[in-house]
Amino acid sequence: MGNILSLTTFIPLLGAVILALFLRGDDAAAQRNAKWVALVTTLVTFLTSLFILANFDAANTGFQMVETRPWLLGLQYKMGVDGISVLFVMLTTFLMPLVIGSCWDVKVRVKEYMIAFLILETLMLGVFMALDLVLFYLFFEAGLIPMFLIIGIWGGKNRIYASFKFFLYTFLGSVLMLVAMVAMFADAGTTDIPTLMTHTFATEPFSVLGIHIAGGMQTLLWLAFFASFAVKMPMWPVHTWLPDAHVQAPTGGSVVLAAILLKMGGYGFLRFSLPMFPVGSDVMGPLVLWLSAIAIVYTSLVALVQEDMKKLIAYSSVAHMGFVTMGIFAVNQQGIDGAIFQMISHGFISGALFLCVGVIYDRMHTREIAAYGGLVNRMPAYAMIFMFFTMANVGLPGTSGFVGEFLTLIGIFQVNTWVAAVATSGVILSAAYALWLYRRVVMGDLIKESLRSITDMTRRERAIFVPLVAMTLLLGVYPALVLDLIGPSVTALVGNYDTALASFAAASQFAAH
Amino acid sequence: METIILFAPLVGAILCGFGWKLIGEKAAQWTATGLLFLAAILSWIVFLSFDGVTENIQIMRWIESGTLSTDWAIRMDRLTAIMLIVITTVSALVHLYSFGYMAHDDNFKETESYRPRFFAYLSFFTFTMLMLVTSDNLVQMFFGWEGVGVASYLLIGFYYRKPSANAAAIKAFVVNRVGDFGFALGIFGIYMMTDSIRFDDIFAAAPGLAEQSITFLWTDWNAANLLAFLLFVGAMGKSAQLLLHTWLPDAMEGPTPVSALIHAATMVTAGVFLVCRMSPLMEYAPETKMFIVFLGASTAFFAATVGLVQTDIKRVIAYSTCSQLGYMFVAAGLGVYSVAMFHLLTHAFFKAMLFLGAGSVIHAMHHEQDMRNYGGLRHKIPKTFMMMMIGTLAITGVGIPFLYIGFPVGFAGFVSKDAIIESAYAGTAGGYAFWMLLIAAFMTSFYSWRLMFMTFYGTARGDAHTHDHAHESPLSMMVPLYVLAVGAVFSGMLGYGVFFGHTDKVGKFFGVPYAEAGEPSAAADHEATTTHGAEAAAPAAEDKHASAQAEHHYVLTGAPGVGAIHAGPGNTVLNDAHEVHWLVKLSPFLAMLSGLGLAYQMYIRRPDLPAKLAAQQAPLYNFLLNKWYFDELYNVIFVRPAFAIGRFLWKQGDTKTIDGGIDGLTMGIIPFFTRLAGRAQSGYLFTYAFAMVLGITVLLTWVSLTGGAN
Repeated sequence: MGNILSLTTFIPLLGAVILALFLRGDDAAAQRNAKWVALVTTLVTFLTSLFILANFDAANTGFQMVETRPWLLGLQYKMGVDGISVLFVMLTTFLMPLVIGSCWDVKVRVKEYMIAFLILETLMLGVFMALDLVLFYLFFEAGLIPMFLIIGIWGGKNRIYASFKFFLYTFLGSVLMLVAMVAMFADAGTTDIPTLMTHTFATEPFSVLGIHIAGGMQTLLWLAFFASFAVKMPMWPVHTWLPDAHVQAPTGGSVVLAAILLKMGGYGFLRFSLPMFPVGSDVMGPLVLWLSAIAIVYTSLVALVQEDMKKLIAYSSVAHMGFVTMGIFAVNQQGIDGAIFQMISHGFISGALFLCVGVIYDRMHTREIAAYGGLVNRMPAYAMIFMFFTMANVGLPGTSGFVGEFLTLIGIFQVNTWVAAVATSGVILSAAYALWLYRRVVMGDLIKESLRSITDMTRRERAIFVPLVAMTLLLGVYPALVLDLIGPSVTALVGNYDTALASFAAASQFAAH
Repeated sequence: METIILFAPLVGAILCGFGWKLIGEKAAQWTATGLLFLAAILSWIVFLSFDGVTENIQIMRWIESGTLSTDWAIRMDRLTAIMLIVITTVSALVHLYSFGYMAHDDNFKETESYRPRFFAYLSFFTFTMLMLVTSDNLVQMFFGWEGVGVASYLLIGFYYRKPSANAAAIKAFVVNRVGDFGFALGIFGIYMMTDSIRFDDIFAAAPGLAEQSITFLWTDWNAANLLAFLLFVGAMGKSAQLLLHTWLPDAMEGPTPVSALIHAATMVTAGVFLVCRMSPLMEYAPETKMFIVFLGASTAFFAATVGLVQTDIKRVIAYSTCSQLGYMFVAAGLGVYSVAMFHLLTHAFFKAMLFLGAGSVIHAMHHEQDMRNYGGLRHKIPKTFMMMMIGTLAITGVGIPFLYIGFPVGFAGFVSKDAIIESAYAGTAGGYAFWMLLIAAFMTSFYSWRLMFMTFYGTARGDAHTHDHAHESPLSMMVPLYVLAVGAVFSGMLGYGVFFGHTDKVGKFFGVPYAEAGEPSAAADHEATTTHGAEAAAPAAEDKHASAQAEHHYVLTGAPGVGAIHAGPGNTVLNDAHEVHWLVKLSPFLAMLSGLGLAYQMYIRRPDLPAKLAAQQAPLYNFLLNKWYFDELYNVIFVRPAFAIGRFLWKQGDTKTIDGGIDGLTMGIIPFFTRLAGRAQSGYLFTYAFAMVLGITVLLTWVSLTGGAN
């Protein structure tokens, strides 16, 4: 089992290659084959990833199942997981079969569609496992290409604009991150992530163009990474690409985008910003907290007035990611535990919500809220599922949505009560926009002529929701499943962070004397 | 046994909600009801055999993160025991009642299976409510707290075709969330100060909190006061106290059994329960207690004024509920938690009964709810009339003043409401709360009798056809009324001793140590108080006819958290309430009589008078009829601005400023880059891929030039 991580990562790629090389034609049979190959591949990937989970030792806070081998040009290929990343790997492998299942009715260029998703899965898994800077960058940036194609080829009418926006945002962030990576390598002389995590980057303050930069080099590096991760999250005010991307993306694309791709930003903060630039994080932390609090209230208010279902859920995602960034930069056990939990839970819930939109979009080919109303009359099962995830989305205790929100808030309260109070008001607004959406779409009498013959969910659609419902409930009732796995690693992360800050404080005091 | 009580309703909800297709509608309904009756019987066994010693039962781990540790667990003490019987009894009866009430419903088509859904929701509600009251920590309580909110949302919006029901459901949930906002902040603060959210730890830390300060928002606060206040904000939402009360009257959109169970007997009392449960903290938060008294008294008054003029039978009772909850909060705020629980208990019986009785009237009148279309119904539905009469006698507080045979003689409300009014007089030295409650008692009597007179007396008004076909309800609806009637008559007299009697009896009942006044520490360490209690009770028994003498010698003591409620040092309201002037004791009775007299004058002798009065005092009448314009006010200052700001942020913020800015910026940059790459026509994807490859190349080159990864 020495290469279980690589195995898991590249099985989807293997599936994609098989599809590309051996599947010919575009008739119904070929399409069916493509879907089945993709489904089996993702299922096998999931099963393989279970071995990772089984072999994972939560008490060990270091990297596990590490694989190191030389690579081209003297670089190294290094993979590994720790308590921070292992669950993102599991989230990805768990969701991908469901995503493939949700694409069953796609008729256009099915083979290419499946290939795009399989490649995307490999790249996403790589991001969460890579332990080398170059490797990480490769996975991180390349992952956007299949997503790009998914939106650009299988997306809605305005897909070009959405891709354009998507590109602009991520491009700017990436450039800065790349520069920072070069600088890091120049400073530390290695691209090995575990080594970089123990490296102390310079913190002497200096001035650029007359602006005093506290925390010096670390702050600059932090900002460069922040530019990339903040866009990915996305954080206010660089969030506007997300609603557009979601609206144009096909259902499967939206699910992957919301459930997994957004988590890369949060993961990045935890993998790079906090451990490598503790002083930078400390200097810039308050800014992040306030941006998060603003995001929660701002996007919740905007969600309230949306007329497009997907946009509404996209804005709601931004608000939920606000809890994540807030929890991360509270930098205490509850805050970070909560942030990771929130990301995992949001993966299930937002994924399910986008699937819910997909179910009725497939029937009516519109996402406009005003086109619906009274669906409960014809689609009772759908109404129930949608209700369940609406409640999970507003953070009802007993669902996984609550645990993440609660922990991040209890974490932030100990750091900054203003931010905590502003963010907590998000629970009122989220109830308002989510129930308002539900009421307009599902409740009421069925009066629209166009909806008279709408049918309830098929067996396939129900089957896709079952695992999501199960996970949302299970994690809500017994969150220890997640918290036990991440707890020790988070404790270590917070401990290292505090130690680094303490020695920095001691050093600057020493310097002052 | 407690675990069975707790989970029986959940099992019922699941079997009924998901299994009805397999076992059939009727069987599903009986399953849910049967399990509820099982829970009710077990609850009574637990209640009657409970010895007052707090017990914790751990079920499963829940949220654990660092020092934060939460279990799914049951805390069994007297408060829990009381709530168990209230919840399961009323719920079981409401389940039974719903067989008749929900048998036919014009809101649904004949083919639609709405009944199992209704029963499943009821059982689910019961489960979450039980989780709320059995919790041994604040977070599980919050689970129940929000859970009942969801159940309430689902049941208010049960008639999903009605826009008004949907609106009311959302309103209930969102307004409750405003309260939960405070509750949640309170939990966060408590965790920060005490490093725990378990009741035992919080109670132990409570005296210390009074000495500490906490920085919250712009300034420092006394920790105990602030945290108690934040928790109380949650209670305000759930118990529909002033400012956060607007959802309760609208909640009457739900089917009537729901109003009886959730919006009268159980869920809305959760706030009172919370304050009583947190009594060790409240006792060290004097300013918050004062605020609770003030707000409770104001709510009692406000809701009663609105109740005077409403014409929808359910809305009258809803405002009455709101008002009675104010009474309970006054008692809790004064520190006589046992009295608050007393009124909670008696109120659950008579208010559930009034609602179910109203439901029976509505059922008889083909879902007509406007009292202006009633009249003369006592001949048509005599049994319902009798039951409503008992309920009215109970809520208005009919009894025999000054007759004391070990307990006062009167209907439930007479005993428990008078106890609150006397406590209010003693606790505030005849201040604001006392007068508000007294005036409210007068108005309570007026609107309750008005309801009776308009419904059952006079001549039939409204649709003649409906009146002709008015019929008595089936047995499944009447039996619950009979059972509740027993409670409405006797619960006050039976409960008097242990809730509002001699302090030693109260202490013993709630498992709280007590001592003779003057030697407060004597019994403080006694875990079991029985020995001391027996000795102490002996002299008291000799003197039992002089009602106010014996208990004077005892005060509740003990560390916070020992027993179900806590009385801080210097809290002697329970004693003092018995010492008030005889006029004070008589005053609620007089208020009741005058309310009855006025109602009789206006609705029996001179039925033309109300209309004249309304015309003459039009501004006042409209002010009351429109519920002091709270809804309109909130609409203007909260709802519409929220949507307006949302629209503004979307159009001006996101679209114009952010997108505009970034698009403008990049319109300058991107062409530059694409020109640089010489690939202007090839589309963004290629540009992107190219930029990435370029970036990786740069990185690779740099890394390999300077010696590889190592």
